Amino acid sequence: MSIMIDREKCIGCGKCAEVCPGNLIKLDGKAFIRYPKDCWGCTSCVKECKVNAVKFFLGADIGGMGSLVYTRQKGDILTWVIERPDGSVKEIDINRKESNRY
Amino acid sequence: MRSQKMQFKKLRTDVLIIGGGTAGCYAAMTIAQNSPDTKVLICEKANIKRSGCLAAGVNALNAYITKGCTPQDYVDYARHDAAGIVRGDLLLTMSENLNSVTAHLEQLGLVILKDENGNYVTRGKRNLKINGAFGFNVNEEIFYSITAKAVIICTGGAAGLYKPNNPGFSRHKMWYPPFNTGAGYAMGIRAGAEMTTFEMRFIALRCKDTIAPTGTLAQGVGAKQINSLGGVYEDKYGLTTSQRVHGTVMENISGRGPCYLKTAGITAQQDDALIKAYLNMAPSQTIKWLESGKMPSEQNVEIEGTEPYIVGGHTASGYWVDTDRETTIHGLFAAGDVAGGCPQKYVTGALAEGRIAALSALKYIAAQSISEISDEKISENFSRAEKFLNNKNSRFSCEQLEEAMQTVMDRYAGGIGTNYRYNDRQLDIADERISQIQTLTDELCAEDMHELMLIYELRERLTVCKTLIAHLRARKETRWHSFAENLDYPQRDDENYLCCINSKLENGRIKIIKRRLIKEGERYEHNDRP
Ligand code: SF4
Ligand code: SF4
Repeated sequence: MSIMIDREKCIGCGKCAEVCPGNLIKLDGKAFIRYPKDCWGCTSCVKECKVNAVKFFLGADIGGMGSLVYTRQKGDILTWVIERPDGSVKEIDINRKESNRY
Repeated sequence: MRSQKMQFKKLRTDVLIIGGGTAGCYAAMTIAQNSPDTKVLICEKANIKRSGCLAAGVNALNAYITKGCTPQDYVDYARHDAAGIVRGDLLLTMSENLNSVTAHLEQLGLVILKDENGNYVTRGKRNLKINGAFGFNVNEEIFYSITAKAVIICTGGAAGLYKPNNPGFSRHKMWYPPFNTGAGYAMGIRAGAEMTTFEMRFIALRCKDTIAPTGTLAQGVGAKQINSLGGVYEDKYGLTTSQRVHGTVMENISGRGPCYLKTAGITAQQDDALIKAYLNMAPSQTIKWLESGKMPSEQNVEIEGTEPYIVGGHTASGYWVDTDRETTIHGLFAAGDVAGGCPQKYVTGALAEGRIAALSALKYIAAQSISEISDEKISENFSRAEKFLNNKNSRFSCEQLEEAMQTVMDRYAGGIGTNYRYNDRQLDIADERISQIQTLTDELCAEDMHELMLIYELRERLTVCKTLIAHLRARKETRWHSFAENLDYPQRDDENYLCCINSKLENGRIKIIKRRLIKEGERYEHNDRP
């Protein structure tokens, strides 16, 4: 379980590093994941990055097929964007003002 | 003091809170509201915005008292689930606080699902006294000695003791936060605090690979546990968590695996609700569904048990506390997953305990002044940390020793590899091996403060393992399948074990103490009589 950071997109704000509960992300001007195998997969860093430079994926050892996932927030709507390896993209909106039905 | 690598700083506060998760933050808030002049310091290795168990978000508070139910009903439920081994006094005082902390969370902006009428919807003799703690900065080379009148410990439970479900690249894709490494337990154990019920391990039943929760499927869409032949097996073994895990193990051993939650046949609407619910709390599961191209309505969800954890928010492991949540060390209070005797507390229970502990700490500090930590103690702890930064050419890496610990626990202390089972001879081997690994950690070297943290986390877990093994050995019965399944004693034995198993480190040895169960309505105070 881990994340990938797109260093082209990263603006070095440091927010992802600050929020990671395992202190796994470091900065050298831009962010990089220093301890990929220690990632819990909590997606805190993904939600924190305003420029969508942090993307999350499932390791192949737990059945991952290479999709990359990030989120966009607008008001109460959190949009999850799933980019599949074949280039297709799926978006799912979640309203944060509604609690889960289950 | 000759400082080579680290600077040294002294800090002073009235109440020190170790661990800034659910219980710790709520304790701090309670103190700020009730006594604005009291100085509070929270020590936390991560940013408190996302520290502790809830970093990934949580969709269920799990514990509040619904209409028509009383706090006593909640106590009864938790007692049944734990096959009797709970502290009634702790459960009742926690339950009585559940709804007011839930209401408070709502005031703070949390959305809680309600029905149309606005009701919440369901789903010893002590001479040890604390005067502070030591710590170091995980980013900068600073060592702290912190003096405090009282300390509230809220560090959570312990993950990573056992080999995880996926030991490779995704080793940290686990149920409990891998960053909770039992620091609070280890601090208490080393300081001679009494601990309780470590043998009641927690094993979660989860979706295979993603280790996402199964409760949402079981309760949300009524999915039943079935084996690969399609037979519903949950009725055969029972519905407590331990029985659900046990049933799954038994079906697998009997050649009827793998096991699933039967979701095939649910509606498209239910699919949609599940996809969203999982994005909120365990996005990996949603990704898995999307990547496989098969929605839960088309394919059953495979399930498995996790590696065992020690976590007092779900089971009863942790510090032995009095009804006010004071540990057996004067001035040291415990709340949340680190506090024992009070299972099924979940998020709101951790808040409730944070409040109780904070109010008790406030009462306690009124009559206390700061007592200084001796220079000798300071230099002992400072040098220990310094040594790891100065060590060179360790034969083993921290990661190798972590793997060694997890392998030993897996094979000899009832991990996934042995279907959670063990016998006394295996526990003896585990105990010996863990001691050996403990000595090997002395020569580990740390390049930076992060690595120093990893070494301390490993040492904490080894300390917890020793106590855990002693507890597993001491309860000579099988009360909870999987959680504590001793093959030498496969039966439940109420005559001898309807009691708490406690332990305490005395002169380097773990001493086991049997204590009676405390009932609700009692006010338990520490004294040295078992
Ligand atoms: S939050 Fe995004 S932009 Fe900021 S440092 Fe992290 S990756 Fe870069
Ligand atoms: S997903 Fe969570 S644990 Fe992993 S790097 Fe991001 S914040 Fe850290």
